[in-house]
Amino acid sequence: MDVLVCLKRVPLAGGTLILTPDARDIETKHLGFGISPHEENAVEAGVQLVEQMGGTLTLLTLGPSEAEEQLRSQLAIGATRAVLIETDGQEWDPQGTAAALVDAIKAEETKFDLIIFGAESADSAGYQIHIRMAHALALPIVTNVKSMKVENGRVTCDRVVANGRERYQAPLPAIVTVRDGLNIPRYPSVPGRMQARKKIVDMKKAEVRVPKLEKVTLALAPSKDKSAQILGKGADAVPALVDVLRQIGALR
Amino acid sequence: MILVLIDHDRGEIDPLSLRALTAAQKLDQDVQAVVIGGDGAILAGIAGEYGAKVLHVASHSEIGDYTPMASGRALKDLVAKLNPAAVLAAGSPRGNEQLAHLAAFLDIPMAAECSEITLGRPHNVLRARWAGNLIESALVHSQLLVATILSFSTEPQSLGGPVASVVQFEPALEPADSVVKILSRDAGESKGGVSLNDAKVIVSGGRGVGGPDGFGNLEELATLLGGTVGCSRVVTSSGWRPHAEQVGQTGTKVAPDLYIAAGISGAMQHIAGMKNSKTIVVINTDPEAPILRYADYAIIGDLHQVIPALTSAIRVAKG
Ligand SMILES: Cc1cc2nc3c(=O)[nH]c(=O)nc-3n(C[C@H](O)[C@H](O)[C@H](O)COP(=O)(O)OP(=O)(O)OC[C@H]3O[C@@H](n4cnc5c(N)ncnc54)[C@H](O)[C@@H]3O)c2cc1C
Ligand SMILES: Nc1ncnc2c1ncn2[C@@H]1O[C@H](COP(=O)(O)O)[C@@H](O)[C@H]1O
Repeated sequence: MDVLVCLKRVPLAGGTLILTPDARDIETKHLGFGISPHEENAVEAGVQLVEQMGGTLTLLTLGPSEAEEQLRSQLAIGATRAVLIETDGQEWDPQGTAAALVDAIKAEETKFDLIIFGAESADSAGYQIHIRMAHALALPIVTNVKSMKVENGRVTCDRVVANGRERYQAPLPAIVTVRDGLNIPRYPSVPGRMQARKKIVDMKKAEVRVPKLEKVTLALAPSKDKSAQILGKGADAVPALVDVLRQIGALR
Repeated sequence: MILVLIDHDRGEIDPLSLRALTAAQKLDQDVQAVVIGGDGAILAGIAGEYGAKVLHVASHSEIGDYTPMASGRALKDLVAKLNPAAVLAAGSPRGNEQLAHLAAFLDIPMAAECSEITLGRPHNVLRARWAGNLIESALVHSQLLVATILSFSTEPQSLGGPVASVVQFEPALEPADSVVKILSRDAGESKGGVSLNDAKVIVSGGRGVGGPDGFGNLEELATLLGGTVGCSRVVTSSGWRPHAEQVGQTGTKVAPDLYIAAGISGAMQHIAGMKNSKTIVVINTDPEAPILRYADYAIIGDLHQVIPALTSAIRVAKG
């Protein structure tokens, strides 16, 4: 079983975001980088499949050369090798990204049985790169998967919706996009990290495409700051909170 | 003319689609709707009420239930016939998915989760990024605009319009379009009790709870308040609680009457999932925790002391 996972390097922002002076990006001077939780689940799923069924797990990303950092840390949890399509650091639009990723996949000797994506990227959340690639590669695609099983040349997937679960199936080769909660991604072991340093990361270049969805500027969403009324410290403040709960009708 | 995809689950309309109809009305009075594989006679009333003059109904023997690629094909066929200025849908998992199939078929851009649209050449949209924490202004270079509408950016507005006239059509599906579809459904892993979506009270714990055992106290408090337990991603990724309880961008989005956040710092991805709660109470040792900016009330202190004390005090208060 040969599996490919597509992932994207994104800043690990948790608190207040700060924009660069040209308002085109997030200021990342004081931020670390990582990948989306969905994509961590995608890599873990790939590692588990290869552990169970044998084969290889390849990682693919389009991004700045620094994205090697994200590839190496995912190689450390058990991926076989990685491919990095290097950009100049500018974010590419979804069509351009999908086209470059498709070209890279077609150039691979391996014919992948399963290609796994995150449901959406953490930063731009376009909800589309995987679907475009399914069309370009003529593969079936199941999105927003919360559990999956590969058996007898098919992948069976569950999607969680408000009132329960929906089950889908696709013959391999196929594309699946996964959501946080699919599994619990493991942490890299020390030997895993050592091995990852020696694993192959193929660096490639791609032709820049004119963006059709062209980012102009970013702005911070207006936030409705409430600034909490502090009721007090420790257990002494409990009576004040009980009063509040009574007032809002929570003690019925 | 603006074409709006009305999504439905076995005939039951997704209310977010009505927001898309209202958003369309702001762009052009000439709005038509399309439903894939549903009963047009049932949906024509509500489509008309929210301003659609015509409801196109795609029927095909291969479209029994949700079949996303076939939806994309049906939309593509209809676009060729009607030549609308834009195709809109709700910014829901299904809305985003079906329009992405349309955009992929046509090899044109798609703008997901838009809060504002200005048609033109190029089109200009404002769209949500980073779980709605950033707003991107973007140009869309294509004749047809394909866009989904950010949930809750537009309030649905009934225009009291007459029943839409129903036009049936059969899309020319290819075999590949219906390979992926719903095979079966079940109720999932709901625990019985109150679900996160419906709970009026949520007692939510984060890393500060310290481990799976600490959640016993939170459960007791939640039960006493007639609510349920939620948690942050650190908690689920540590395996302390099931993912079904995770609140936030990649978990569940909730809006209960009362949200108690204990030992949660307030990362924007968590805030994205609970900021619409009516009353937010924070219990945190750190007086600088970011979550305080979104809270109504706070106790600064150790949740391991505050929560048991609160539980006993509520027991006394309830008598
Ligand atoms: C794309 C993306 C999506 C994400 N989606 C989600 C999501 O859906 N949901 C989510 O929650 N996170 C999500 N995250 C993760 C998020 O960024 C944070 O890492 C996470 O929310 C932090 O969890 P926490 O507040 O429990 O932990 P921490 O940030 O470590 O905070 C712990 C808090 O507990 C307090 N504390 C410690 N001990 C005590 C005590 N004894 N009593 C009281 N207080 C105490 C501390 O002061 C601190 O404020 C996502 C991240 C990314 C990048
Ligand atoms: N630059 C990229 N390189 C590789 N994969 C990507 C890239 N951007 C997005 N993806 C993948 O496509 C998924 C959906 O992204 P998006 O369409 O931006 O929401 C992500 O979760 C990743 O798995």
